[in-house]
Amino acid sequence: MEKTVKKRRIFLMEEIKMYEVRFHGRGGQGAVTAATILADAAFHEGKDVQAFPMFGVERRGAPVAAFMRMDTKPIDIKTQIYEPDCVVVLDPTLMSVVDVTKGLKENGKIIINSSKDPKEFNLGKGKVYTIDATEIAIKHGLGTKTNPIVNTAILGAYSKAVGNVKIESIEEAILQNAPRKKEENRKAAVEAYEKTRGE
Amino acid sequence: MVKKVIYGNHAVSYGARDSRVEVIAAYPITPQTQVVELLSEFCASGELKAKFIKVESEHSAMAACVGASAAGARAFTATSSQGLALMHEMLHWASNARHPIVMANINRAMGPPWSIWTDQNDSIAQRDTGWLQFYCSTNQEVYDTTIQAFKICENDKVLLPGMLILDAFVLSHTSEVVDMPPQEEIDEFLPPYEAKYKLDLDDPRAFGGLMFPDWYYELKYKQHRSMEKALKIIEDVGREFGERFGRYYGLVEEYRIDDAEIVLVVSSTVAQTSKEAVDLLRKEGMRIGLVRIRTFRPFPKEKIRKIASKVDMMIVIDRNISFGSEGVFYTETKAALYNEKSRPPVYGVIIGLGGRDVRVEDIMNIAKKGKNNKLEINKINWWGVKL
Amino acid sequence: MKLTIPEEELMYEGTVDCQGCGAGLAMRYALKALGKRTFVVIPACCWSIIAGPFPYSSLQVPLYHTAFETAAVVSSGIKAALEIKGIDATVMAWAGDGGTFDIGIQSLSGAAERNEDIIYVCYDNEAYMNTGIQRSSATPYKAWTTTTPRKYPKARPKKNIDEIMVAHEIPYVATASVAYPEDFIRKLQKAKNIKGTKFIHVLAPCPTGWRSLPEHTIKLARLAVQTCIFPIYEVEDGKYKINIKPKNPKPVEEYLKLQGRFRHLTEEDIKEIQEATNRKWKKLLKKEEFF
Ligand SMILES: Cc1ncc(C[n+]2csc(CCOP(=O)(O)OP(=O)(O)O)c2C)c(N)n1
Ligand code: SF4
Ligand SMILES: [Mg+2]
Repeated sequence: MEKTVKKRRIFLMEEIKMYEVRFHGRGGQGAVTAATILADAAFHEGKDVQAFPMFGVERRGAPVAAFMRMDTKPIDIKTQIYEPDCVVVLDPTLMSVVDVTKGLKENGKIIINSSKDPKEFNLGKGKVYTIDATEIAIKHGLGTKTNPIVNTAILGAYSKAVGNVKIESIEEAILQNAPRKKEENRKAAVEAYEKTRGE
Repeated sequence: MVKKVIYGNHAVSYGARDSRVEVIAAYPITPQTQVVELLSEFCASGELKAKFIKVESEHSAMAACVGASAAGARAFTATSSQGLALMHEMLHWASNARHPIVMANINRAMGPPWSIWTDQNDSIAQRDTGWLQFYCSTNQEVYDTTIQAFKICENDKVLLPGMLILDAFVLSHTSEVVDMPPQEEIDEFLPPYEAKYKLDLDDPRAFGGLMFPDWYYELKYKQHRSMEKALKIIEDVGREFGERFGRYYGLVEEYRIDDAEIVLVVSSTVAQTSKEAVDLLRKEGMRIGLVRIRTFRPFPKEKIRKIASKVDMMIVIDRNISFGSEGVFYTETKAALYNEKSRPPVYGVIIGLGGRDVRVEDIMNIAKKGKNNKLEINKINWWGVKL
Repeated sequence: MKLTIPEEELMYEGTVDCQGCGAGLAMRYALKALGKRTFVVIPACCWSIIAGPFPYSSLQVPLYHTAFETAAVVSSGIKAALEIKGIDATVMAWAGDGGTFDIGIQSLSGAAERNEDIIYVCYDNEAYMNTGIQRSSATPYKAWTTTTPRKYPKARPKKNIDEIMVAHEIPYVATASVAYPEDFIRKLQKAKNIKGTKFIHVLAPCPTGWRSLPEHTIKLARLAVQTCIFPIYEVEDGKYKINIKPKNPKPVEEYLKLQGRFRHLTEEDIKEIQEATNRKWKKLLKKEEFF
């Protein structure tokens, strides 16, 4: 099975433009919404998109994952994502329980909600970016101190770190999809975009 | 026209809204709940002028739809697995009474053990209740099929209930781009339902009373004939839909089969993943294509025969199992071909029960095994079973 | 300190219920009360998840997962088998409000009418929580759920399941609350020693569905009783006894305002709920007086 995968990569090198993202969060943190908003933003830039939750039973506080897939051509496949190009971590405390880099492509990107410097993370692969999305969320009145809603701020960081979805599209998608506090959410994304730190 | 990134479940809700359903009766069950929740919002906001009966069970959901349809309303419900099974008695009722109710069923494996993930055993088990069955493979198709289903089922020549089916999570909870035409255009395509036979004060009749053996049999004949006639109506409606909205539908979808030696017979989302596999195998030089069975009831026998006559091998991939027999699409495909003078060997593979992911590599390896004569004939090929 | 409830734990730690789940707590007490010789039957509900996925079980007693509408009747079947095999044990059906008030009421009514020898416990969190907070017929008047949007909250009062069960003339019907474990445990132990159908209805707050704070679960369960919204009483062979009688009932508002599902209530609404609560409480006092 492994062999066919590799073969396919070499074979289709130029053609593969599909980009796959995995979000890690806890139930109730809005990882699925983040995936959906990112998909919506990419869709507005003319991409075909899919967003889906980890197919499971979600409980408040338990680790969850969500996925986003985009491509310049129509997406047929309906499988889960095993080898993401990018991983987004909404809650850094998860990193001791979940292997967030699992399957991440060698040159993939990892965006972590953390006040630390990217260099402080030694993950063995991928390029790390950090953003203190918690601080930004609290500042903009998103959620509470103990339960900040960081899913829109982290998308600003995504835009900066990955660059394949413009911050303007993310702002637009936030305004369309956020159930409440649209403007605050948008601002949080923009601030995060500006403050994202890379290795 | 609105293009939106929405869940498969919401594609059902929007489809029902845009079909201007008049009575909804539904009961929540994972993974269908979002269908019902969005419809309650539509009803609450006035966006949809429908009566929503929040019944106490699925048996009652279907029974309420039966009542509504008997009184001439366009009725709709949605369910999944255990709920569909609980409806079983009323599924016969809806069909035998010729009520063109439309229902969405989210394919979910039957318990026990409890599972919320996809396979087709729930809907396959209702095969013989006299419902049309459409297996959808994208959110767009889910939306489009909801609207078409009303038009097909309400056709005088059909007058049978119809079920559109989508995979749990892989469609129900996956957001994809869905294009929704303006309401006026849908209204033109799907005018209000005028029931030819209904409970009517000006023309009082009794429905469903005792019938002796001298006529019951004829009714069954007519019910079956309507199913057969539906074959053409489904194609006509799919074509008209295509002419209006640019997306064509039929009984089956053919993909790269023109010069194919090997044809995969697939359904639901497995078909979408299989398309990717076909593309990759073609690049490796294999002459392969696929046929996706969209309409399972009535079964498109003629289409299958025609495709089979031109190929060297068919591989049927089933995400269901008729215990003690084999995959049901496999059985039906073979049965359609049995009396043909020449027919290719047909292999049967079972895959992905209880929602196990079906990957591109799986489909590619199945095809390669077929090509190298490594699949077993006359036996089930259980793909990836750990035992 | 001397414990007022049995010490033995028959439920494992680390279950997957949400923080502050009243239903999880209720089971813990129930098993303490009934002990090891108990068979548990659970239909589809939050507890089908809390009980753990394959290959786990969070209970230390035999457990049968069953279809949503069948808790009472599968329990009857198990009890019949135990009787014929001469095994002396308690069979407890453990269902949510949806599985009791709605889809399961047919088989529950059947079992009660036959007076099957089972304990039926309904843990009531006042909606279909496992599927994501849809209304049930136990959802209170004016509450929000995902199928009763704030604009059109639940338009009808909570179904009075206890009176329905009393009307079956079974030997024992009781209500309970997770805020009063001694009372709940005493009732279960009493039920264990009565032959025939015993119905116990326990209020189990659900922070997720009630939009309340996890740390408010016990407070809410207590306030429900102190405001007379959820009276604690028992009916033994038709005889009513109110077990907890608040001297000065608290205003319902204290209970309602801690829950996001009532966030949209107007003063009018609260007044209406207060009046309905007073009326029902008075009726219950009369019943106790006369029966
Ligand atoms: C026949 C059938 N219909 C629907 C379902 C889906 N379902 C599972 S649990 C549930 C809600 C349970 O509500 P309740 O009994 O109140 O228990 P809770 O989850 O609130 O604890 C529903 C609707 C099912 N399993 N079977
Ligand atoms: S949803 Fe409510 S009842 Fe269910 S586990 Fe969570 S807190 Fe308990
Ligand atoms: Mg409940």
